[in-house]
Amino acid sequence: MSTSPATDSPTTSTARDYTVRTSYTQGLEEMRAAHKVLLEVPFTPSEPERGYNMRSLHVDLTAMKVTEKKVTQQMKDLFVGGRGFGLWYLWNATTPATRWNDPENEIVIAPGPIAGITQYPGTGKSLVVSISPLTDIPIDCNVGGYYGPLLKFCGFDAIEIQGKAAAEVVVVVDGPRGVIRIEECPLEPPDSHVLSEIFTHMYATGPEDYKNVSVVSAGKGSDHSYIGCLNFSFWDLRRKAARLKQAGRGGVGTVFRDKKLKALVVRGPVIKADLNHVADRARIQKVGSVINKEIHDLDSSQCNMRRQGTAHLVEVMDAYDLLPVKNFQYGNHPDTKNIASWVWDKRFTQGIPDGCWYGCTMSCSKGADGHVVKTGPYKGDVVTVDGPEYENAAGLAANCGIFDPDWLLESNFYCDTYGVDTISFGTLCAFVMECWQRGILNAERTGGLDLTWGNAEAQMELLHQMARGEGFGVIAGKGIRQMKRIFAENGWGDPKLMNDIGMEVKGLEYSQYQSKESLAQQGGYALTNKGPQHDEAWLIFMDMVNKHLPTFEAKAEALHYFPLFRTWFGLNGLCKLPWNDIEPANNAEQAEPAKVPEHVHNYCEIASGVTGIEVTKEKIIEQSEKVYNFQRIFNLRRGYGKREHDWPPYRSVGPVTVEEYESRAERYDKQMREEIGVDPEGKTTEEKIAITRQYREDRYSKLCDAVYKRRGWTTDGVPTVATLEKLGIALPELVELVKQHGG
Amino acid sequence: MGADPGAPPAADRDTRLAVNGEPLDWREGMTVRDVLQAKNYVFKLLIVTVNGTLAPRGSYDDFVVPAGADVKVVHLISGG
Repeated sequence: MSTSPATDSPTTSTARDYTVRTSYTQGLEEMRAAHKVLLEVPFTPSEPERGYNMRSLHVDLTAMKVTEKKVTQQMKDLFVGGRGFGLWYLWNATTPATRWNDPENEIVIAPGPIAGITQYPGTGKSLVVSISPLTDIPIDCNVGGYYGPLLKFCGFDAIEIQGKAAAEVVVVVDGPRGVIRIEECPLEPPDSHVLSEIFTHMYATGPEDYKNVSVVSAGKGSDHSYIGCLNFSFWDLRRKAARLKQAGRGGVGTVFRDKKLKALVVRGPVIKADLNHVADRARIQKVGSVINKEIHDLDSSQCNMRRQGTAHLVEVMDAYDLLPVKNFQYGNHPDTKNIASWVWDKRFTQGIPDGCWYGCTMSCSKGADGHVVKTGPYKGDVVTVDGPEYENAAGLAANCGIFDPDWLLESNFYCDTYGVDTISFGTLCAFVMECWQRGILNAERTGGLDLTWGNAEAQMELLHQMARGEGFGVIAGKGIRQMKRIFAENGWGDPKLMNDIGMEVKGLEYSQYQSKESLAQQGGYALTNKGPQHDEAWLIFMDMVNKHLPTFEAKAEALHYFPLFRTWFGLNGLCKLPWNDIEPANNAEQAEPAKVPEHVHNYCEIASGVTGIEVTKEKIIEQSEKVYNFQRIFNLRRGYGKREHDWPPYRSVGPVTVEEYESRAERYDKQMREEIGVDPEGKTTEEKIAITRQYREDRYSKLCDAVYKRRGWTTDGVPTVATLEKLGIALPELVELVKQHGG
Repeated sequence: MGADPGAPPAADRDTRLAVNGEPLDWREGMTVRDVLQAKNYVFKLLIVTVNGTLAPRGSYDDFVVPAGADVKVVHLISGG
């Protein structure tokens, strides 16, 4: 290793130090020489027409076989692309008995028909689908970086990875050369910040070609935990670095490493403006130029995404009592100022186009350069940290009581390079710290780790243990659901308390928003298909602050529209952020400003312009509803997907403990008096907690009734045959399945 | 016809206003900015109406809120 400006000319230096980082390419030739080609298959590169190549790639790592598959018209009609294609391929590849680590489980990566255009921001996303080791149901992740679009421009709408290799392999799709290779690669370390740099250099033809290479990798943390994530690289021309974006949720990195995949590499063509060969480019350019001007003119007075990324939300969430603090017990903290946006405004290198795909003027993939690593195997190295984004600041820092920006960069860096999901790690770390607080864990049980709130060094050691496959880190890496079981079996704590404070639904850890005071958001988390990730619905402001959802029916309508609208981004390879993290100047004058109607119109224009098929705002919902219901039925096929699986931990609904209640006693007492109709005077805190709980859980149950009804499901949460017929997805196997469950 | 649920009760209309249906003490010369500060509404993607009239974003420091006003502060969705 050496630490120097990451330049191709050793004599060049720069005034700024954002290119100074430790290099990991020494020994590259030795690593390359150790590669053994296991399979080499030629293919005919092609470019998509109107967003589709009409073929995909299937890789069987057990049989060492690569097959091209036809994308059918039915697939396009029913599933559109992206997440829809992923779910359909996974459905066909697996059986109800398939477990996450069975060879037939797949990792499917599909970009979607719009992905890869360069005239509109946020259009380079890939969707990753697999059966999750955490949830035992399909997980889907929306991720930036160049892999998906470059794969598409090599000629494939999706790649399925199935089977397990006998040794560590890399699967390389080289579009310009028209060849797919599977190579044994024994020497490269698996950690992502190292491997992405090595493979970018190894598979590019030279420095000018780095930008045409993308690497998908995980890391040592994925080897020994169920919360592994995937890093998708994109070459940062200014920094001269392989930056990383994460397919974070549900353990897709764990599945990846279980298949003995060290990396997927794609080498694509030079990106040009119309590789998608769209139906009407002018139509896309027209709306693209409008939103790009909006971002240019308005971002600095709105969300300031171009300088701070999603980290702009840290102090906002704190101000509204929504920032998770100490395992979601509280919603704000006086030390939030130490990790707030103004800190990151200074730490992020400014003035660099930080888009994770070409043409993204929102440019929110911020990077903190020059971090000197303090712990672990990379101690002393100088690295660029990708982020922190809001979720990392909230989860790794505030939720664990760690309000120190340097430690946040440290944990953010190691989570990424180890291939560990920052959200799950933050939430499970908060859980074990609360278990420590309540005596469920102690030094004997953790092997000496002192998990006191705010102990950043212990948090890092927990993460390093996870990566080394040692000690308590291995237990923690199994996720909160498994920890609750293990702790209960050991007799370490009250199972009921652990269920109340263990922030997971369906086995997936919560992302980082307090939902206690928003019933709609309680549903927005727990009524999701994959588990509590905010990318389906974020309704807290609309419900808790605006008071726009006063009835169960209004909440149910929001829990119908927003999850479906947002599902559509994942079908098409789009980022959600340009939808509503920038707002047109006249948005306030629109009838439904929360939906940002002008931007919805833009998406209709883009989809129509790419595919040549007219897409209306109604069709957006219709397309999503097919896939959303299909995913619900997929859960059903695997033994889940019913009302009992949609029940949240009480910590997400209301105050569990005495100190939690008393910290907001005025609020809860007022609600008891005005909403429940009970006078809190003279009651003990325990009595008030019980009354509040009964009321809130009853309301959550009524919310389920309303949402299921709106979605066309039975009271047990099963899509009905009539719903499938209405949506045009009454495939015999789906109909038979829902009928078995009363649908 | 019943009272507007967003407005303060008649007896309080000289001293209070309603923000998203919740009461807030009013004072002479109170502006939209003052209301936002009193409620700790720090988020930037807001739509503010005062008695149904839109308060443009650049006007918050000067837009005076009368006693008894029904103020709606719509927070758009961001992040998340």
